[in-house]
Amino acid sequence: MLNKLFKFYGGVKPPSNKTLSNALPIVQAPLPSRLVVPLHQSIGGMPRPVVQAGERVLKGQLIGQADGWLSAAVHAPTSGTVLEVAMHVRPHVSGLDSLCVVIEPDGQDEWIAHGPPDIATMSPADICNYLQQHGVVGLGGAGFPTHGKLTATPAVPMAELIINAAECEPYITCDDLLMRERADDIVRGIAVFRDMLKPQSVIIGVEDNKPEAIAAMRAAVDAQNEAFSVVAVPTLYPAGGAKQLIRVLTGKEVPGSMRSTADMGVQVFNVGTAYAAWRAIGHGEPLISRIVTLTGNVRQAHNVEALIGTPMNELLQLAQPHPDTDGIIMGGPMMGFLVPNESAPIVKTSNCLIAHSERLFPPKAPEMPCIRCGACARACPHELQPFELYWHARAKDFGKTQQYNIFDCIECGCCSFVCPSRIPLVQYFRFAKSEIWAREREKKAADEAKTRFEFKQFREEREKTEKAEKLAKAAAAQAAKKAAEAAAAAAAAGDAGDAPVADKAPDVAVDPAQAAKKAAIEAAMARAKAQREAAQVKNTDDLTPEQAKAMADIEARRQQAGIAEPATTTETKPE
Amino acid sequence: MDILLAIAIMALGAVVLGAALGFASIKFKVEGDPLVEKIEAILPQTQCGQCGYPGCKPYAEAIAKGECDINLCPPGGMEGVQRLADLLGREVKALEAEEKPKQVAIIDENTCIGCTLCIQACPVDAIVGAAKQMHTIIAQQCTGCELCLPPCPVECIHMEVIPETLDNWKWKFPVIEIKSAPAKEAA
Repeated sequence: MLNKLFKFYGGVKPPSNKTLSNALPIVQAPLPSRLVVPLHQSIGGMPRPVVQAGERVLKGQLIGQADGWLSAAVHAPTSGTVLEVAMHVRPHVSGLDSLCVVIEPDGQDEWIAHGPPDIATMSPADICNYLQQHGVVGLGGAGFPTHGKLTATPAVPMAELIINAAECEPYITCDDLLMRERADDIVRGIAVFRDMLKPQSVIIGVEDNKPEAIAAMRAAVDAQNEAFSVVAVPTLYPAGGAKQLIRVLTGKEVPGSMRSTADMGVQVFNVGTAYAAWRAIGHGEPLISRIVTLTGNVRQAHNVEALIGTPMNELLQLAQPHPDTDGIIMGGPMMGFLVPNESAPIVKTSNCLIAHSERLFPPKAPEMPCIRCGACARACPHELQPFELYWHARAKDFGKTQQYNIFDCIECGCCSFVCPSRIPLVQYFRFAKSEIWAREREKKAADEAKTRFEFKQFREEREKTEKAEKLAKAAAAQAAKKAAEAAAAAAAAGDAGDAPVADKAPDVAVDPAQAAKKAAIEAAMARAKAQREAAQVKNTDDLTPEQAKAMADIEARRQQAGIAEPATTTETKPE
Repeated sequence: MDILLAIAIMALGAVVLGAALGFASIKFKVEGDPLVEKIEAILPQTQCGQCGYPGCKPYAEAIAKGECDINLCPPGGMEGVQRLADLLGREVKALEAEEKPKQVAIIDENTCIGCTLCIQACPVDAIVGAAKQMHTIIAQQCTGCELCLPPCPVECIHMEVIPETLDNWKWKFPVIEIKSAPAKEAA
């Protein structure tokens, strides 16, 4: 089957350096001395730990429960004892810590009871849930939980399911070796995705520098009688970007504002994700290991199947790094980063470790001013204008960077690669993006604080007027009472008209003075009562009998414990 | 005669235009002061009163009236001063007080006696509690204004700098590292 291929704009051709590591077969990495499994390994919510220090766990046992829909579970990569659940360094540019489960392997590698589910009886929602519970996330780099991509957008027919096996970054060969050695399981995994999404066609895009992988995939597709087309795409970085691969294979252009490509009837999965999905569905195995390329400044570059949580420096030893190695790059040389702490663990998205040395990656000459040559704009696969973005990001004019669509930038590094002035353009864009996000968070917090402040003012104002009204009412009632009393007194005086005037006179003289005093006291008491009412909590007014009983019980217990009077508890003991 | 006609035409024109302007001023009347709103949008809404005004809005009003300087808001930082200067066309001035990192108040719940004084002081209702019950601070709502510190009779509230985590970590501005050049041999 012949496919017409399209071209995406820009792109670069860095030296691929893939032959370093693609000659040897995948090796099972030995058990490391200890495993540090970060709980947060995918986009979305932070999984909650479900094990405690000292607990024995089996291989494949759940250790982190998915938190919310966009999150994936985390499992113990081998059997052993949980040493601690604590903050440990994560493979991240910042070198910051996150919550990890540290496991000491017992060497037995004992599996928890597991087996394939009966997929025929499972609904699509069940399968999504199953994949989430088995921790399957995108292994291409971003780590998006796979189940979140397995629902087609309603009313948009799914046209193409694309399997991304381009692997365009230099040095990395983990997908290449996976396809050469385990093509059958990959194809079965793709079939699961196909059954879920029901696309009109399934295309597996492989860069044409991997002929063995293409042959292996074609053989596996033919052997299973599937109608998937394995397409060789021209080698051009970044052909493995989802939007670029969609463009190359289908000619469709993904709008910058589109959140999910499913909205235009295309869905893309990494080839490793398809394999992991089949390990889960066909064998009941959660995602606890992955293929990692060990390459760069090493004697024996090759691919290993490493357990999630293996410390990077320990894993890299398998490839025998040269003595002048001075760091580890996680990911490829274009988008990867030098890990700040080499004892950071392998996570689900760690596809490659490159031993860094100055011989292999000579230090960059100092950054020079932008000469406005436009080379970056010609290289940008998203047709952005990196030089414009650079000026505005450098000037911290973030509104302008957004006008120039900074959020369409995929940080592929093509612009930095071609810049004759060696400007670290991508770093400026990352800086601008994270500043914009931080400002949005701050703005949201400020808006919330403002509404809360305004509401508090409104509430205080309302309470004040309510109190004033109550007082006015009480005063009016008092005045009415006083008037009534005065009238009664006058009437009594009228009735006792025949009584001696001399007796009556002092009474009348005393009464108004006393009445005024009494009224003043009563008004003060009413005010005090109103104040007390205003200050007191009102949630004990209408209680159900059970609540009243519970409160009485608590009071009784407090009496027994001798803390009936809260006032006494706050008194400090005399020394 | 001509001159009278000219005067009449000009007078008529003046009446028509005046009526149009008068109508427009009623029809398109702007409620409130748009400048105050713009200033308020720049202020950080901590409601801390460090500027000497009881809240961000009174401060914004004072700035709009030209009664006070634009450098009185420490939580807004130098960047806030810069943005106010850009908006108002005033000169940038150094901040009156020190710029502090973002903080959050923490109540030591063992010492709290439940007096509700901090609850009354909190401008954004970020403290939960009742009389003679332990109080606690909703960290997400706390603006770090420190207004709850002085009223506390047992001094059980302290401020903590919000630590850098993976959630609030930011990429740094790329800086050119200046390294000492290798010593050149004299020619």
